[in-house]
Order: sequence, then structure tokens, then C-alpha cells
Amino acid sequence: MEAAKKERFEPQSPNPIKMVKRNNPNRMTYKRQKKVLGILFSLPALVLLFTFLILPVILAFIYSFMDYAMLRPGEKTFIGLDNYQRLLTDGNFLNALKNTMYFTAVVVPLQSLVALGLALLVNKKVKLASLGRVFFFSPVVTSMVVVAILWTFLYNVENGLINSVLNLFGIPNQPFLLSPNQAMNSIIFMSIWQAAGFQMIIFLAGLKEVPEELYEAAEIDGANAWRKFLNVTLPALKHVTAFVLIITTIQAFRLFVQPFVMTNGGPSGSTKTLVYMLYEEGFQFRDVGYSSAISVVFFIIVLSVSLIMKKILVKE
Amino acid sequence: MNYKTKKRLAKVGVNLTIIVVGLLFIAPLLWMIISSLKPETKIFTQMGLEAFIPESLTFENYYNILFNKETGTNFFLYMWNSLYTVGMIVILGLIVNSLCAYALVKLKFPGAGLILMIIIALYIVPFESVLIPLYLIVNAFGWVNEYPALYVPFIANCFNIFLFRQFFLNIPKELEEAAHIDGASPWTTFWRIIVPNAKPVFATSAILTFVTHWSDFMWPLIVTTGASKRTVQVGIQYLFTDNNIQYGEIMAALSLTTIPVILIFLFFQRYYVQGITSSGVKG
Repeated sequence: MEAAKKERFEPQSPNPIKMVKRNNPNRMTYKRQKKVLGILFSLPALVLLFTFLILPVILAFIYSFMDYAMLRPGEKTFIGLDNYQRLLTDGNFLNALKNTMYFTAVVVPLQSLVALGLALLVNKKVKLASLGRVFFFSPVVTSMVVVAILWTFLYNVENGLINSVLNLFGIPNQPFLLSPNQAMNSIIFMSIWQAAGFQMIIFLAGLKEVPEELYEAAEIDGANAWRKFLNVTLPALKHVTAFVLIITTIQAFRLFVQPFVMTNGGPSGSTKTLVYMLYEEGFQFRDVGYSSAISVVFFIIVLSVSLIMKKILVKE
Repeated sequence: MNYKTKKRLAKVGVNLTIIVVGLLFIAPLLWMIISSLKPETKIFTQMGLEAFIPESLTFENYYNILFNKETGTNFFLYMWNSLYTVGMIVILGLIVNSLCAYALVKLKFPGAGLILMIIIALYIVPFESVLIPLYLIVNAFGWVNEYPALYVPFIANCFNIFLFRQFFLNIPKELEEAAHIDGASPWTTFWRIIVPNAKPVFATSAILTFVTHWSDFMWPLIVTTGASKRTVQVGIQYLFTDNNIQYGEIMAALSLTTIPVILIFLFFQRYYVQGITSSGVKG
């Protein structure tokens, strides 16, 4: 293995010109070559990122100060902060903001806890650990549209599988997605089921990095499993946990597919989210200006929440 | 109870917990696959445990969704559209993002550090916040309801560049220096040293990108105006909202959409986990 690796690094055939260079190392030429190729190699990615990410960010910002209807692109005018002012008094927006916040506040801690639990479970050296990993991860590779359609059937009030199981325990049929009080929680439950496996993989990677010696040392000191978890595992997972919490937060704020497929944002707006509203304003009402203002607010919220979380979590 | 039996009992307990929790996790997916093999009328009449034990199996739903022209669901077309566009994102993305990361980490041209910082900062931009301007840009290119709209914007990816960067950082300098002394150009170094040593991160990037974009819904929904370029996710949503909803066919469609991805994951799982955990090449 080692020999094969070493062989690979040998030049294919000794090039006489290059041999001269080797004897008389011309550092400047190599440096220049690196510079030119460096720019050349990174150019495709940079051009694409500029066109499809940086430019749209700038445009979203500009459009948010405009009266701009998609169907009348010639008539766009600057209207200052009007779109933002409209947001402050728009009941739909405040409702969407509230729903999105609620979803995030519940999903982030719960899902991270579930993911940590799953990771600890399959990190044990037991026969079924790898099977467990596959089981827990399967919902993650299942697309959200598939999951959402599937769970709409499962949550059905009359002939849904979940209600039939609840009936076995003497619980009457629940309306789930049809009730303004239960719809969002039903989506939350399903979303955790779908996504916990991903965070599990990240936690698992973190757990594998914990040096075995630390556990051995703790064992010699007579620490029990709980102590080992508290004093060895958790501190070692600090950065991984911070990462998991931040990406889960960003994911949670983006909630769209579930309400779009399962509830159309209802009943009575109880599952309408920021992204849902942004989509509606932009692509159903074709109001570029107003939709852009929602985009900017959405962006600023996601950005500041993740920065605040980073500051708090990484400092500790 | 001595130490050994205690350990063994603990292991049995962990195995049992994995089985119970694991079954809860895959129950919905199992139900989906089993229902897809049931006759239409049985799907919502067999409840509780019975839902998982079908009396009779049929492939009628699969036949209908794939070959029955009367339903006109174009399922093959949707599958192809998804495979083609996601394939393009994966393949072009691997090339573009790995080259960019290599250039930024190993070639260190002036400004590379700043560019890297910007890319990492851009990672935080949620896709949804650029939805409207991105649509207008794609529209200006004339790509609405065309394939490029579905893949070109997603080739370059900040997270993937970051992923490659992390891996390349761990490839020891000595390897490149040795290659340089042997007369290798930066390009040769990339192809002959970096790429062969970074296979796990390529696999990780490929599988993450595939799974993410296979599941894409909102963007394909927006940029496909007709059935001809519709991806499979948008396609099944249309099946689901159809007035003449066929539950069996939907179950078959959901299964067909999911099984390839689960198989790919099973096949690549080792690389996937390895890619995340691997801390680089041992010099």
C-alpha cells in the first residue's frame, strides 16, 4: 500500500527540460505559474457564485426599495422604505414571522437532542449499530415532498395510520393537519423525524474524534457512564454541537415544502411561514418589490440569529 | 452479577433500543412501500399492524404509473429530468468546486484568503432569500422551462468548496513539495496527488449534492412552467393535487422516487461517513 502510494508521486517519465529546472530551481517561474493557474482554477466557481449568488443578493436588496411588478418590468420606481413600512402593518407577515419563529424555537433544541441521542446509540460498539444508522438516516435521503405527501396520508383524520394507532390506546381521532392548533405541531413532529438523522451523522463524526484515552482515564478514575458523558463526551462535542444548532436553525427558518404540500399554509394561516409568504408575493402576486423586502428581512433574521448563536456558543 | 455479564446485558439493551427506535423511524417508509404493492382499495382500509401485512401483493400500481398511457403522468420523463439535471450539478460541481478549493488553499494567489473568507461568509445566505432575483436572472438568460435553469445556478457551491478546502488543508505540504521537486506543475499535482488522495471527499461532496438536489422542490416548481422539464418532485406533487387522485399510484411514485436515493446512500455510506470523519492523509 505504502509502496504503491509512493510510486504514484514519481513523475511518469523524467522530462529532460524539467530535470534542468530541478537542478536549477527557478522559484519565480513556479510562483508565477501558481498565481496564474490559481486564478484560472478558481475562476469558474467565482463567476458562477457571482452571477447566481452575489448578484441576486445585491438585487434583492435593491428591489426591496422599489415598486416593481414582475409583469410591468419597465415601470419600476424607487419608493424608499415603503415596502418595509408595509411589512410592519401586514398581519399576514407578522403571522408568518410568528409561525416561523415558533417552528424554529421548537425544532432546533428538540431535533438536536434527538440527533444526539441517536448518535450516542449507534456509536456503541454493538452488532446493530450500522443497521440503526441506516434506519435513522433513511428519512433524510427521502425527499421532503415525498415525506410530506406520505405524512399527509398518515395524519388523515378518518383513515390515517397514526389515528388508527392512537385508537388502539383509546385516544379518539385527532384532526392533526385540519386543526389550527395541531397543524404546526404535526409538521414539527414530522420534520424532526425526517431530519434528525442528518445531525446524527454530524454528532457521530464528533463522537469518533473523542480520544479513546480520555474514556479510559475516566474509567480508571471510577467514572460511571453518566459521568463519562458529562465530563468527557459533552465537552468534546462543544464545537460540533454549536455547528449542529446553527445549521438546524438556518434549516428551520427555511420551512416551506411541508406547509406548501400538506396544508397550503392553513388552516387559517396557522402554518404560513416567511418563505411561504415570500413565494406567494413573488410568484403568485408577482410583486417583486414587496417579495424582495421579505427576502431581505428573512436574510437579516437568519444572519443575525446565526451570528448571535455563534457568538454565544463558541465563546463558552 | 460480574462485570462481563453486565457488559453483555448492556449490549443487548442497546441492540433492543436500536431495533425499536429504528423500526419507528422506518415505519412510515415501510408503509409507503407496502402500500404501493397493495390494491387501491386496501390502502386505507387495512389499519394498525395490518397495514404492514398485506393479504395480496400486486404490481398494478407500478404498471399504471410507468406504462399506462391513459393516466399520462410522464413519470419516466420526470425521473429522467431529475437524473439529468442533478447529475449535471454533481459532475460539474465536483470539478468546479474542487478546483476552486485547490486554488484557494494550495496555490495561494494574491487575494485567495479574502476570496475564501467571502465564500465561507456566503455559505450563510439562505437560498430562499435570493429566489426572486435569481428567477429574474434565469429569465433574462431565457432559461425558464429549460434544463440550464435547473442546474447551472447550483454548480458552484460554497459548502462544497469549504468541504474540499477542509480536506485539502490536511494533505501535507511535503507531498506537493516532493511533486514540485520532481518537476510536477500545479495541474499535475492536482490530478496526480490531490485528487487520488481526496477520493473520500469527492464521494462525500457527490452524495451530499445528489441527495440535496434530488429533493429540490421550490426552485423546479418555479422555473418549470410545463410538464416537459418538470422534475420528479414537482411531478409527484402534481399527482398528489390531481382531482382524480389515485392513492396506489402515488404510493408507487413515492417509492420509485425514494428507493434509488436510499440505494445510493447504502452503497456510498462508507465513503459518506468516512469523508466527514477522515482527518486527512497520513504522510
